[in-house]
Amino acid sequence: MKSRFDKRLIVYYLILVFIGFLSVLSTSYKQGHFSFQTSYGYQLIWIATSIILAIVICVFNNRFFWHAAPWLYTFFTIMLVVVVLFGTERSGAKSWLGIGNFGIQPAEFAKYATCLFLARRLSDMHCDLSKKKSLIPILVIIGIPIGLILLQNDTGSALPLLFLVFALFREGLTPWILIIAVCAVVLFVLLVYLPQWIVFALVVLLFAWMMFRLRKRKKYHLGLIIVFIIVTTYIFTVDLVYNQVLKPHQKQRIELLFGKINDTKGIGYNVNQAKIAIGSGGFFGKGFGNGTQTKLNFVPEQVTDFIFCTIGEEGGFVGTTFVIVIFVLLIGRIISIAEKSQNAFVRSYGYCIASIFFAHVAINIGMTIGLMPVIGIPLPFISYGGSSLWAFTLMLFTFVMESRNDNWD
Amino acid sequence: MVNRDIYKGRQFIILFFFGIVAIIYVIRLFFLQVIDDKWKSAAENNAIRRIVNAAPRGVIYDRNGAILVDNEMSYDLMVVPFNVKDLDTIELSFILGIDTADLMARLRKAKAYSSYVPSVLVKQLTPQMNAYILERSHKYKGFYVYPRTVRKYHTSGAAHSLGYIAEVNYNDMEKDNYYALGDYIGKSGIERYYETDLRGTKGVRYVLVDNFRRDKGSYKNGELDIDAVPGKSLWCSIDKELQEYGEKLMKGKRGSIVAIEPSSGEILALVSSPSYDPSLLIGSDRGKNYMKLQNDSVNKPLFNRALMAQYPPGSTFKLVNALVFQQAHIVNNSTLYSCSMGYAYGNRKLGCHGHASPLDIIGSVQNSCNAWYCRGLVSMLENRKYYKTTEDAYNHWYKMVTQLGFGQKFNSDLPYELTGFIPSAEFYNKHYGQGRWKATTINSISIGQGEINATPIQLANLVSTIANRGYYYPPHIVKAIGHKDSLNTSFNQKKQSGIESKYFEPVILGMERAVTGGTARRAAVPGYRVGAKTGTAQNPPYADHSLLVCFAPLENPKIAISVIVENGGFGATWAAPIASLMMEKYLTDTITRPDLEASIANRSIYYVK
Repeated sequence: MKSRFDKRLIVYYLILVFIGFLSVLSTSYKQGHFSFQTSYGYQLIWIATSIILAIVICVFNNRFFWHAAPWLYTFFTIMLVVVVLFGTERSGAKSWLGIGNFGIQPAEFAKYATCLFLARRLSDMHCDLSKKKSLIPILVIIGIPIGLILLQNDTGSALPLLFLVFALFREGLTPWILIIAVCAVVLFVLLVYLPQWIVFALVVLLFAWMMFRLRKRKKYHLGLIIVFIIVTTYIFTVDLVYNQVLKPHQKQRIELLFGKINDTKGIGYNVNQAKIAIGSGGFFGKGFGNGTQTKLNFVPEQVTDFIFCTIGEEGGFVGTTFVIVIFVLLIGRIISIAEKSQNAFVRSYGYCIASIFFAHVAINIGMTIGLMPVIGIPLPFISYGGSSLWAFTLMLFTFVMESRNDNWD
Repeated sequence: MVNRDIYKGRQFIILFFFGIVAIIYVIRLFFLQVIDDKWKSAAENNAIRRIVNAAPRGVIYDRNGAILVDNEMSYDLMVVPFNVKDLDTIELSFILGIDTADLMARLRKAKAYSSYVPSVLVKQLTPQMNAYILERSHKYKGFYVYPRTVRKYHTSGAAHSLGYIAEVNYNDMEKDNYYALGDYIGKSGIERYYETDLRGTKGVRYVLVDNFRRDKGSYKNGELDIDAVPGKSLWCSIDKELQEYGEKLMKGKRGSIVAIEPSSGEILALVSSPSYDPSLLIGSDRGKNYMKLQNDSVNKPLFNRALMAQYPPGSTFKLVNALVFQQAHIVNNSTLYSCSMGYAYGNRKLGCHGHASPLDIIGSVQNSCNAWYCRGLVSMLENRKYYKTTEDAYNHWYKMVTQLGFGQKFNSDLPYELTGFIPSAEFYNKHYGQGRWKATTINSISIGQGEINATPIQLANLVSTIANRGYYYPPHIVKAIGHKDSLNTSFNQKKQSGIESKYFEPVILGMERAVTGGTARRAAVPGYRVGAKTGTAQNPPYADHSLLVCFAPLENPKIAISVIVENGGFGATWAAPIASLMMEKYLTDTITRPDLEASIANRSIYYVK
């Protein structure tokens, strides 16, 4: 059988990596001399090694990762434990493992391993997500890395794993989970802007109306009352949970997002500078290398978490839209290939990485344009950094390789 | 086996959700990047710093091209704490002449301000310090010397005329948005009046700075930058040597000398004594020195007597009346008034000194006869052929006197002049009641006493008018702006005195005779025809002020002077020799009477006040 790698995925990948390199180059290049001892120099090394990695993956047998999934998962879980015990701390999170001069972030690779192992589990023909028996191991698979990453004090990196719920949803998880999640978020946002008692009053009105509509169908009454009690409890305890569970800086970031804090100097500095950088780009941008905000260090973490600012400043609305469109095409293509695959493992895996990519893109870009709280996670393929680029390359090219013999198109 | 194809439709829910998020983001970006302009200006405020380069202030020359004031480079030692490495604090504190603890304290303060932004460590280094530090610059990483310009005075005189500059205050910035904090502005004298000429135009440089405000090079390759335009030079009408000579002569005395070139109205010397060295008001001690000068309530060195002191002009005012009476056709060349040691009216008598009697105009000026002027004033004010009432006559007198420059400001480039005082008819009406005063009531004004006050510059302008036989140019102190030969046209409008030229001749003749054989003999200058008039202004209960007005040479006047020495007694005693020396100095540039010079310059008057 002839091997056919999906060219489109490879092209999207190369475009994104190239944009990432340009952005890193633009902010760190000093006129006149090239050096590998710079951000763009390292990024070039990581891009080169990533491409080698991609080529290496493509020569594997396409059952290899199905077999390797438990071992990779175990390996990276152990790595996460090692990090928790012996890792080095950088900017508050103990997420780095130093090997000589190099440091890697096992969390990024753990996401890859989780996707693989989860996909293998989901593709098991006996796995039925409507059954508790099947659901529990799935939750454990996702829960272990989340727990370990949280122990590293790196809440941001754990967050994308929750987005695997999209993959589970496709594989048969009850839509109630998503509906409940959406309701919880909506209620939370309402509670941010409105006093508790008004939200409660609205909820009471809603349930009274539903009870009235369903007054003849007695079988729903108990359920409605239970839901009402849960919602009421949520309304009156969310404050407590919010205050007890979240750390002060996380609370501030959320309050900042909702405009509860108006601050451009302290905690709001990052977001404000990011918006200035992106907003000053205009329609066509300032052109390559002309971004004053990103080049002159106004935007913090400008080559890693806030790299989208460089794209916004130098590429303008055209540049940002282009990047978003490429991501949409990439994720859409993954889902399309996954759906057409005859192989349940490929399909599940496709949905897993699509969910992870979506999580990273939505959170990262949302953060720079003030639609998400500040959560420090990289923009796939674009952000500076070896671990994330390698991990995302592994994720994508494992899929490219696994899906090569499927009759897609 | 579970058939998950039944969930195939869910892909569209997922894709729809992803798509919605993408669309929301694109809309948000459209608002952020295309619609909303505020981020663009915020970016410029962030990254572009406007650095203003002060323009060097214009140089001030004297009338002969000698520099009075120019600029000098002054060096501030700046420090960027972040770059300081391996500092030898002992050596640096030795070079700077401060102790190590002080140096450390200054460094700490700079660091507390910012590690990256330069701070001034020491202001106005001496040239030696500067040289030491430049020599060892490799040892002082993080330090550099920042040049700025400060005023440098090449004369110890003319302090009042030149004025001084100081940092702008809030009001200055309110009034003119050219100024920014830390800029300098002329606060008095020429520096103030010609501020807009002297200041030049500030240059602007746009530089990119990073988040720590570190300089990251020019913005758009400097295409928006504007070079500073140096201020215009001024050619002052002051003669530096004459000015300094006048100040030397006035040492130890209070008073003033005003010397004017009659043909142009240019002030040759404007001496107010006591004065101060203008160099006191530059540099880091400016504020301290200024307070010291301001608090000197005995000598009042900041008070510019030449323009602001108002004295009764005494007998010098007889010149005015001699002219006015002629112009009013009250007296003519053949009019004779007698004097018997004064003028008696009613039961009062205005005394005079011994001289021949009766006198004509010439004789009255030569001998400074009080009675003559009392009679003249009575003849004018009580003349019912020309005037219906005393008040009408007085108004005519008042009009002619003010036309000679009295009772008003010249409003030229001289700062803070006062008007002096010539009482109006209303003033007397108020004081005595309408129609209740006549010539004899106010006849002390005929001899420059009573209510009349004049400033030294008004008296100098009077002699200037006499020297010109009928007109004057408003006295002013700057000859040329920008170019030596350009004329300061603001003040070259001839003012007519309203007195016909022919009436000046007898007055001038009288002034000459006062020098050759009258009250002003000590004002003579060997080899020149000089006209002068003494004055002795009563100043009860203190000693009289000594006044003299003069000009020379008579046939082609080059200089007109008024000298006032407070409490100096008779005009002849102090004012006349000073005026004589001033004229000689200006006309011949040599002093043939060094003994006289020494005796004047070295003698002080003891002031009790």
